[in-house]
Amino acid sequence: MLSRRVFLKNGAFALVSVGFAPSFLTRTAFAQGRAGRAKQLIAIFQRGAVDGLSVVVPFGDPEYYRARPSIAIAQPGTNDRAAVDLDGFFGLNPRMRPLEPLWATRQLAIVHACGSPHSTRSHFDAQDYMETGTPGVKSTGDGWLNRYLQAPRVEPASPFRAVALTGQLPRMLQGASPAVAMSQIGQFAIRAGQDGAAANSSFEALYASAADVVLKGTGRDAFDALKMLKTTDPSRYEPAAGADYPRSAFGQALKQIAQLSKANLGVEVAFAELGGWDTHINQGAAQGQLATRLDDFARGIAALTTDLGDRMEDTVVLTMSEFGRAISENGNRGTDHGHGNAMLVMGGGVRGGQVFGKWPGLAVPQRFEGRDLAVTTDFRDVFAEVVVRHLGVADAKPIFPGYDVQASRFPGLFRT
Amino acid sequence: MRKLLLQAAAAGLLVLTVPAASLWSAAVRSDDRAIVHVLNRIGFGPRPGDVGRVRDLGLQHYIDQQLRPDRIADADTDARLAGLTTIRMSEEAIRTQFEQPQIEARRQRQLSAAGNGTEAQPPPPSPEMQARSNQVMLELSQQKLLRAIYSERQLQEVLTDFWFNHFNVDARKGRDRFLLTTYEREAIRPHVLGKFRDLLEATAKSPAMLFYLDNWMSADPNAVRPGPRAALRPGNRQRQGLNENYGRELMELHTLGVDGGYTQQDVTDVARAFTGWTIGNPRQGGGYTFDKRRHDGGEKIVLGHRIAAGGGESDGEQVLDILAAHPSTARFIATKLARRFVSDTPPEALVARAAARFRATDGDIREVMRTILSSPEFLAPDAYRAKIKSPFEFIVSAMRATAAEVQDATPLVRALQQLGMPLYACQPPTGYKDTAEAWVNTGALVNRMNIALALSSNRMRGIVIDIESADLSQQSVADAPRSRGDGRDVVDRILNGDASDSTRATVEKATTAVQMAALTLGSPEFQRR
Repeated sequence: MLSRRVFLKNGAFALVSVGFAPSFLTRTAFAQGRAGRAKQLIAIFQRGAVDGLSVVVPFGDPEYYRARPSIAIAQPGTNDRAAVDLDGFFGLNPRMRPLEPLWATRQLAIVHACGSPHSTRSHFDAQDYMETGTPGVKSTGDGWLNRYLQAPRVEPASPFRAVALTGQLPRMLQGASPAVAMSQIGQFAIRAGQDGAAANSSFEALYASAADVVLKGTGRDAFDALKMLKTTDPSRYEPAAGADYPRSAFGQALKQIAQLSKANLGVEVAFAELGGWDTHINQGAAQGQLATRLDDFARGIAALTTDLGDRMEDTVVLTMSEFGRAISENGNRGTDHGHGNAMLVMGGGVRGGQVFGKWPGLAVPQRFEGRDLAVTTDFRDVFAEVVVRHLGVADAKPIFPGYDVQASRFPGLFRT
Repeated sequence: MRKLLLQAAAAGLLVLTVPAASLWSAAVRSDDRAIVHVLNRIGFGPRPGDVGRVRDLGLQHYIDQQLRPDRIADADTDARLAGLTTIRMSEEAIRTQFEQPQIEARRQRQLSAAGNGTEAQPPPPSPEMQARSNQVMLELSQQKLLRAIYSERQLQEVLTDFWFNHFNVDARKGRDRFLLTTYEREAIRPHVLGKFRDLLEATAKSPAMLFYLDNWMSADPNAVRPGPRAALRPGNRQRQGLNENYGRELMELHTLGVDGGYTQQDVTDVARAFTGWTIGNPRQGGGYTFDKRRHDGGEKIVLGHRIAAGGGESDGEQVLDILAAHPSTARFIATKLARRFVSDTPPEALVARAAARFRATDGDIREVMRTILSSPEFLAPDAYRAKIKSPFEFIVSAMRATAAEVQDATPLVRALQQLGMPLYACQPPTGYKDTAEAWVNTGALVNRMNIALALSSNRMRGIVIDIESADLSQQSVADAPRSRGDGRDVVDRILNGDASDSTRATVEKATTAVQMAALTLGSPEFQRR
């Protein structure tokens, strides 16, 4: 029996030759990266509709300060709570400063005024549309990331090909292709003391022979993943390069994504989420409620990219939120539900250091329905570009049914 | 005579289940299977002996009883709740004894940090203060579990869970953790089988909801004077203005449903109608109050209805009237109830009948429930085990199936956090989902197996399961057709005789009754209801 150290040292693929590894490890080359590793996508969902105008601040648009007398982020250079200048027009919220190095090294791109063609201001519908990739169609059964995973492939996939570090499998990953959800790696094992092995095999037998199709499939995915996970030891993980993850649930989720990724378990799609963005009251500016959430968000992502190191060459980190918030602040120093928003795209292959998307302007006549940031980039064009140019799918149309995917509409996030 | 008639009625219903017999294990009497189905749907699953008791009583009689919880004695449950002192406290008592001391302690810590001249955060609260601040929520959670496990008023508990989730409030938002005790006890529980309009108004006027969906802050932007809260806190004056959070969720989540036919203009006007519905000054009791200085007195148009200028507090009440009587609301509520009690995709004909009943009875929830529970769809074969148990249903049904003695429900509260369903802590106002895909995933399944193992082997402190106890075996003999009087019938007892052959074979390979119980509670069959 090979020890864990040998497994890790030689990498998963070395095991194939000694006839030990499960067959799924033989897959290598669906969309192989430059370092001989498969490409990976880490999707992060900010649930509750983050105020994109406070994240990527259009300080060059004078209407911004008129619409937000008490919660605007100051122009760069005016004080120590001012926006971090990106390009003379947009600036980062100062609490997003941990991501500034990614911008400086051109690994961070931003798509602003991005969103859904559907006008809903319901969190739940909008999240659904963003996760199914079919705005306006509620009957879509699976998520767009799952449809990506369903694309035909030669070799069987790793049970960890798609993993969500969440208690529930997000809609985006639901569907016919297996995906693992777990809130903590350490809890993902059958725990029965000395009887653990027996209990494990009995439970496995119960689910393997079940007539219940849904539970049988999920059971099989679970036991495949359990087998594979025995090769990692969650208690001993040390992030690389001094990456300092926040102790928040989000920070810990990202840390575990890095751990799984670096354990060569075949992770291709990973998912994490964080809430608390629905700031109807006392949103704050460079300090306060929203700033505290952004601090967690930015420090978590900065730690993840540091920890992944040269794996970022083969990785894209993509952030999203169901819609933006109204341009004018409301009566309680907060913001109500809006429309267009900002997405962040990070990775070694990204044409970073640019804000993509046509800026529609904030003046009242330029607003969507007279109140919100208009959408000039359909979020499906961002997703489709990631799927095509990063993950290497030739035809993204089956992933976005009902949408005429055209490369000419891609924002241009990747070098081609 | 009445009893005979009822039994005949029940038998009539059971005829509907006969075609299903071929799908179901032949070992189980088909009428018993209907009883198990009902116990799994209008309650949190059978305890040992329950099937026999309902058989003796008559299934229809049992359903009728459950629809009148006020007439069911429940002294044993009351006795189990006796030690949870905060669940009976008034909002004011909780505020003065729990919330205020916490605010005061925080102020002291901030002052002392400022006094030290340090930039650092104030020191964390003492462990005693922390425990005290958690006590209210912990007791409320224990109460919910104990009632669900032990109460004879099972339907009332199922519906309290349902309606709380429908009118969800997250305890983690600000001071809501001190408000949920009275919210559940006074706004939700008394109305779960009452008139929907009453339930709606009780939630609309509850400090918990007013705080959660921000309406307490919403004001006419042109109001001249600041509201009472702002006046109280001069250092942190809130700007006055409209907040549409409640107005939107009221229509999307509480009444019409997202496709119920409202527009952004309706959202704005509903929000305007509710300006002034706020939380009173703590010194005056701190409950719901109408503050006319914050109210937008102008005319509003809501879903085509004109609400004349100058209506004051009645603007909001008129909105509630309009929404409660709207056909979209009847449909939305009927759909959600049918999804909870029948299947994830309830038959359209049933939803239509339940919605019609809702409208015909002015939103009488008991009558809508009666329509659903007496429908052929409810007892149809394809409804049997059609629902995946939520984590809460899984935990509670496991406690009931094993006749567990819960001395302290705290470990169950924690188990529900692990299973992704922390009690009273669902962040979005939608509440938890009631469909299978929300709860079936790899991590959740592994967690359920582990909880089954921990429960069966009594590794959860404060919870005692005695698999081989006389209590469990003697009461269940009649319920478990394959009872053989040894550990091997554990699987039949927990699954009421309806395990697949492969499940039975796998479980019976285990060597101890404890292992058998763990495997059965973690089996595919037990994840469904």
